[in-house]
Amino acid sequence: MRRYAPFIIVILVAAVTVGSGAFLYRAKVAANPPLKIPKAAGEKPGESAHVLGPPNAAVTLEEFGDFQCPPCGKLSEPINDLQKKFNLRVIYRQFPLPMHAHAKEAACAAEAAGRQGRFWPMHDLLYREQPVWSNSRDARTLFHAYAGMLQLDLDRFKKDMDSSEVQEQVELDQKRGALIGVRTTPTIFLNNQSVPAEQLKPENFGAAVEAAVKNAKPSS
Amino acid sequence: MKKNQTAGSTRRRSRWEIIFYGVAALIALIGLAEATYLTVIFLSGETAVCGNSADCFKVLGSSYAKVGGIPVAGLGALAYFTVFTFATFAAFDYSRARKFFAWTVLTMFAVTLWLLFVQAFRLHAFCRYCLFSAALVFLLTGLVVARPSTAQSSSSV
Repeated sequence: MRRYAPFIIVILVAAVTVGSGAFLYRAKVAANPPLKIPKAAGEKPGESAHVLGPPNAAVTLEEFGDFQCPPCGKLSEPINDLQKKFNLRVIYRQFPLPMHAHAKEAACAAEAAGRQGRFWPMHDLLYREQPVWSNSRDARTLFHAYAGMLQLDLDRFKKDMDSSEVQEQVELDQKRGALIGVRTTPTIFLNNQSVPAEQLKPENFGAAVEAAVKNAKPSS
Repeated sequence: MKKNQTAGSTRRRSRWEIIFYGVAALIALIGLAEATYLTVIFLSGETAVCGNSADCFKVLGSSYAKVGGIPVAGLGALAYFTVFTFATFAAFDYSRARKFFAWTVLTMFAVTLWLLFVQAFRLHAFCRYCLFSAALVFLLTGLVVARPSTAQSSSSV
């Protein structure tokens, strides 16, 4: 028996390692689904407003968001799902709040990615990884790494992030938001009607969109 | 009388070797758990961070973290498992396993030195997971250097 003991121990350890590794992998993937990186339909490099969905959609959802705001992060995935479900037209506008240390830098990162036609994949990645870069002392390095993950031209991305055009684009969105009364994030308009705060919870938001879809007449 | 003394010394040495290889197997198990965790992080596409620093991401997301598309953490897990296997067999008196154990650990030591060099001089960032793994490899190397002489040990399988 002693002769076979090391074989049994080694096989047991191998089984436990593979089993726990597979379990951990499934748990991680379930909690954090792998990022889909589609070429966003209709997304043109350097577009000033970032739009998803058909121009004649029954409902247009306009979001003023801050990549570092946790409620915005929680709404990101439901909005993506609702966009597909109801074929919404989604417009994203930057509204980085001054109290969030890395929010403006993140907005610039998304805009810089947009200059290479990859705004939406960067948008999804920034929200998905929000807990990571928000608490990092060196968020910029992470943004560069995300650009690498999205296979962007890194030199151009870095240059664009610091460019005055990108900064102005972010400020332009902020000004537009301020003009129409945006004070906090997320602020969402469904066909130009502001969604009340209590309906912005992920569990209630679907019903708000559904109601807007029912009330809407398809635009010609 | 002399025969009894020799038998006693062999028994003592054998017990010492069991403890020695048992400790080595335990260290390898810790390394295996850590490397498996890092491999899962790599495969699930999650961002590895250490506290508030982006250094882990810098290191684990760098081109040095992969060899031919295979994550270095995965190779590390394989290496720790190999060390664990040889240490277990050596503890059960498989004399050849002792030699393989030593060679595997020394190879890991050389690779660890290279990875530390890469972190210090190429990436200018240190990943805490990698440093912990390096500490484990140094411990194993220390054990190999200080291991009991097996020249006189009894023959085995």
